[in-house]
Amino acid sequence: MRALLWMALSFMLAWPALAQDTAPDRSSTGGAQTLEDIMARQRGEKLDDSFRRDATGQGNVEALIGQLGTRGVASDSEVFRALRYGSANTTTQASGPTSTLLIQDSGMAWLTFREGPLLTYGLYLLGGMTAVIALFWLIRGRIMIEGAKTGRNIIRFLAIERFAHWLMGVSFIVLGITGLVLIAGRKFILPWMGLEAYATIALAGKWVHNNIAWAFMLGLAMVFVMWVHHNIPDRTDIKWLAKGGGLFSKGVHPPAKKFNAGQKIIFWSVIVLGVSISASGLALLFPFELPMFAKTFNILNMTGLPQLVTGGALPEVLSPYEEMQLSQLWHGIVAFVFIAIIVAHIYLGSVGMEGAIETMATGEVDEQWAKEHHSIWYEEELAKAQAKSGADRATPAE
Amino acid sequence: MRVFFLACAAVAAISVGAYYGLHAIGFSASDVASGTAVRLD
Repeated sequence: MRALLWMALSFMLAWPALAQDTAPDRSSTGGAQTLEDIMARQRGEKLDDSFRRDATGQGNVEALIGQLGTRGVASDSEVFRALRYGSANTTTQASGPTSTLLIQDSGMAWLTFREGPLLTYGLYLLGGMTAVIALFWLIRGRIMIEGAKTGRNIIRFLAIERFAHWLMGVSFIVLGITGLVLIAGRKFILPWMGLEAYATIALAGKWVHNNIAWAFMLGLAMVFVMWVHHNIPDRTDIKWLAKGGGLFSKGVHPPAKKFNAGQKIIFWSVIVLGVSISASGLALLFPFELPMFAKTFNILNMTGLPQLVTGGALPEVLSPYEEMQLSQLWHGIVAFVFIAIIVAHIYLGSVGMEGAIETMATGEVDEQWAKEHHSIWYEEELAKAQAKSGADRATPAE
Repeated sequence: MRVFFLACAAVAAISVGAYYGLHAIGFSASDVASGTAVRLD
């Protein structure tokens, strides 16, 4: 899933390079931009602007500065272009990662993508997942325990496991709601709520989102440590998947260990997406301190994957603002995919399957539920209990 | 459900702890809207 998302992001970033045409004739303006260049830019088309980007006079300045000790021959326009494209040798009294970047123009592209495709397709994804779950519920109904309940319970999850699950789960739900308010609220809530009310909600949402993230990260780490050894893929997963996990037909119960293949997919999705969303979230929490996209793009370019998919390499030099903008966009993309997956998990873990909620509510399940959904794990637990019982009986009284 | 409510309380406690903890080390993204070089007054 992460590889697919990287491919999608690679394609998105490198698409403009593919869309470039051959250099137009600019002889009428002496090589400067033409009206057609300006109009094309206003239409949102990506232009090969190297004819401006490279015309900064910096070369002349640097060559002459030692001889003349003046600004050299760079014109105001050339100096402006050097600032505009970030190639000026700038020094400022203020310190900080962004202090020498006087002009950055990637903000509109970021905002347009954030308010456009990211929000639109993200909401389509959540709506689509909801529709799929509703259709599944209409066709399959609630997955019931088919045999008679035994009345005997078996411990499925210890208290510490349930604590970690809920620590992550509760914080994730709050993060999801506040995140959606922050990204979609301006479009859907603000118009009927008004500026002041929405500003209050957005500010509170940002506070909650920023601070509750630590609980999510702690829960994620705990869940990984406690469950990773149960989620290593094995042969039983292939059999489970071949039968669709018995989700689509009654009376089918493919054998499974403590976690079946579907749960393993959820587990690894949560870990991979959780780490990724945490990394981008930390980059947003500590602005300009954790730039990671230029380095990541460098590694990706070395694999040749972006070039193979899009025909062009990903940018390996990014301004601090571009790093932040990409962190925000990636955070949003991962969040929408993450929420869509968790919506399905919440359905199957609650109303979608009889007995599932007890696994995380009380930590105990009926033996019949265990036999039907996790038969190998049930047999193992039974064998353990019998061995323990035998050992207790064999212990001589003092 | 006791564990669930305990986790809810932990979420709240960790959030508030993170807020004050970050303040204690001199940083909070919740409040910082500009750098020290920018005067807002």
